Amino acid sequence: MKTKIEIAGVSKWFRRDGQEIAAMQETNLSIEEGRFVSIIGPSGCGKSTLFNIIAGLIPPSTGRVLADGEDIIGKTGHVGYMLQKDMLLPWRTILDNIILGMEIRGVPRKEAVARAQPLMDRYGLKGFGGHYPAELSGGMRQRAALLRTLLYDRDIILLDEPFGALDAQTRLTMQNWLLEIWEDFRKTVLFVTHDIDEAIYLSDDIYVFSGRPGRIISKISVDMPRPRHMEDTVSASFMELKAHLLDLLSDGGTGTKVHIS
Amino acid sequence: MENVQKKGYVIHRFEAAESAPPLKQEARQERPVILDEEAQERRSRRIVTIGRLAVAVLIVALWEVLTRIGWMDAYYWSSPSRILSTTWTQITAGTLLEDIAYTSSSTILGFVGGTLIGSLLGLSFWWSRKFAGISEPFLILLNAMPKLALAPVLVILLGIGFFSKVALAFAMTVVVAALSAHSGVQSVDKDMEKLMYSLGAKRHQVFTKVVIPWAMPWMISSLRINIALSLAGAIVGEFIASSHGIGRMVIYAGTILDINLVWVGVVVLSVLSMVMYMGVVLLEKWLSKGYGMKKA
Repeated sequence: MKTKIEIAGVSKWFRRDGQEIAAMQETNLSIEEGRFVSIIGPSGCGKSTLFNIIAGLIPPSTGRVLADGEDIIGKTGHVGYMLQKDMLLPWRTILDNIILGMEIRGVPRKEAVARAQPLMDRYGLKGFGGHYPAELSGGMRQRAALLRTLLYDRDIILLDEPFGALDAQTRLTMQNWLLEIWEDFRKTVLFVTHDIDEAIYLSDDIYVFSGRPGRIISKISVDMPRPRHMEDTVSASFMELKAHLLDLLSDGGTGTKVHIS
Repeated sequence: MENVQKKGYVIHRFEAAESAPPLKQEARQERPVILDEEAQERRSRRIVTIGRLAVAVLIVALWEVLTRIGWMDAYYWSSPSRILSTTWTQITAGTLLEDIAYTSSSTILGFVGGTLIGSLLGLSFWWSRKFAGISEPFLILLNAMPKLALAPVLVILLGIGFFSKVALAFAMTVVVAALSAHSGVQSVDKDMEKLMYSLGAKRHQVFTKVVIPWAMPWMISSLRINIALSLAGAIVGEFIASSHGIGRMVIYAGTILDINLVWVGVVVLSVLSMVMYMGVVLLEKWLSKGYGMKKA
C-alpha cells in the first residue's frame, strides 16, 4: 500500500526558565493510505503536539513531515482536523457550520449546501440543518463537527480525542457511526485517544506513546475483521490485546497509570 | 425466579411488580396533581406589571398631595401639575422641542461615533499583540481620567457650538467601547482560531468570520452604558457654554431661580434618557439576531 503520511525524526522542544524541555522526542511514523491509525498514551505525552505539527499549525524542532511525498511543515490546509471540543460557531446554524470549510475555500454557497445536504441526511443530522449548535446534544454536535471536517475534502483526517467529552453510551454510538463513515469514505484517519477500548475497536494500527516527554514505544496492528460489532469488544482476543496495552501503558518508561473508561 | 449465582457476580431476582405495588382502586380515581407552570408564570408577571404601575401612580400622587397641603415646599419641590403646565408653556411659547432635538442629536452623534471608533480600535488589537500590549496602559489611563473635566478645554477648542457637545459625548463613550471590544477579542477561543487556520483560513477570514461575531456580545453590552454616558457628556457640554439644549435650559433656570423650569429639565432629560435606552435595547435585539446561542 502507498504511504500517505511520513514523519521522520520529528521532535518538539521548548525553552522554559532557561531549560530545554522536550514536548515530544524524535518520532518516526509512516502511515499507509486508507488506514485507521490510533495513537494512545497518557496525558501530556505530546499527542496533540504531533497533531499540531501534522496540521501545519506549529513547526517541529527537527525532522520532516511529508504528505503524499510533499513537505507540509508549516502549511495548513492539507489535512482535516477535529478537536475534542466541537468548535462549532454558536451564531451559525448547523448547516452553515458544516459548510464553513468550503466557504473559506470560496465554494459558492449553493454548491456547498448541495454537497452538505445529502451527507447530513445520511449521517444522522437530517432536519437539524437550521438548528443552532446550542440546541443540539453533545453527540449531535460532534457529528456536525466531523461532517464539517469531512466536507473539507482532504484525504487525511486528524481526530484529537473527538469523543472524549461524551458520555459512555453516546461514545459507543458515535464510534459505530464513525466506522460507518470511514468505511464509506476510506480516508486515512489519525485518531488520538486515551481510551484503550476505543483504540482497539476502531483501529487498524495502534501506536503507543510513553509518558512525557513522548516517544513511541510500540506499534500494534489489530487484525479483527471488519465490519466490527459491539460483541467483538468482549472477545478473548480483544481482552488479551487490552491487557497487553494496559501493561505497556502502565510501565511505559514512566510508570504512569492510564485511566480506562 | 431465584437469584442466579455466577462466577464473580450474582443476578438478582427482580420484578417490577415487587418494587412498585399497583395503586389501589380508590387511589387511582383521584385526579393527579399537575402544576401548570405557564399559568403561574403569567400570573406572577401580571402582578409585577400591576405593582409597577401602582408604585408609579403612588409616587406621583404623593408628590402632588404633599406639595399641595404644604408638607413639602412647592417652591423647591415643585409638583407634578406645575411641571406639566410649565412643560406645556415651554413647548408652545418657548423652545423646548428645539432644545430636545439639540441635546438628543449631539448625544446620538457622539454615541454612534464613539461606539464605532472605539469598537474598531478594540477589535484592531486582535491583529497585533505587540500593538495591543503597547496601547493597553494608555487606554486604561484614559478610562480612569474623568473626561468631564476636559469639558472647558473642548469648549475653548471647538467653540460653544454643536461640535463641542458631540466631542464631549464622543470622549465619554469611545474608551468604554474600545475596552469592551478588547475584552471580547481577548475572549476568542484560541482553539477556534486554530481550527479556522487548519481549514485553510487567512487571517482576515478568521477576523471577519470568528473574531468580530465572537466579540459582538461584548460590544453590544457596552451600548447601554454608553448611551447614558453620552447624554451626560452632552449635558455637561451645554452646562459649560451653549445657546441651546436642555442642559443650557437647566443652568439658565437655576440662575434665575426658576426651580419649576429646573424640574422640567430634569423630567425631560429622564424621559429622553429612557427613550434612548429603549432605542438601544431595540438596537441590541437587532444586532443580536442570529445569535442562536441566546436560545439555550
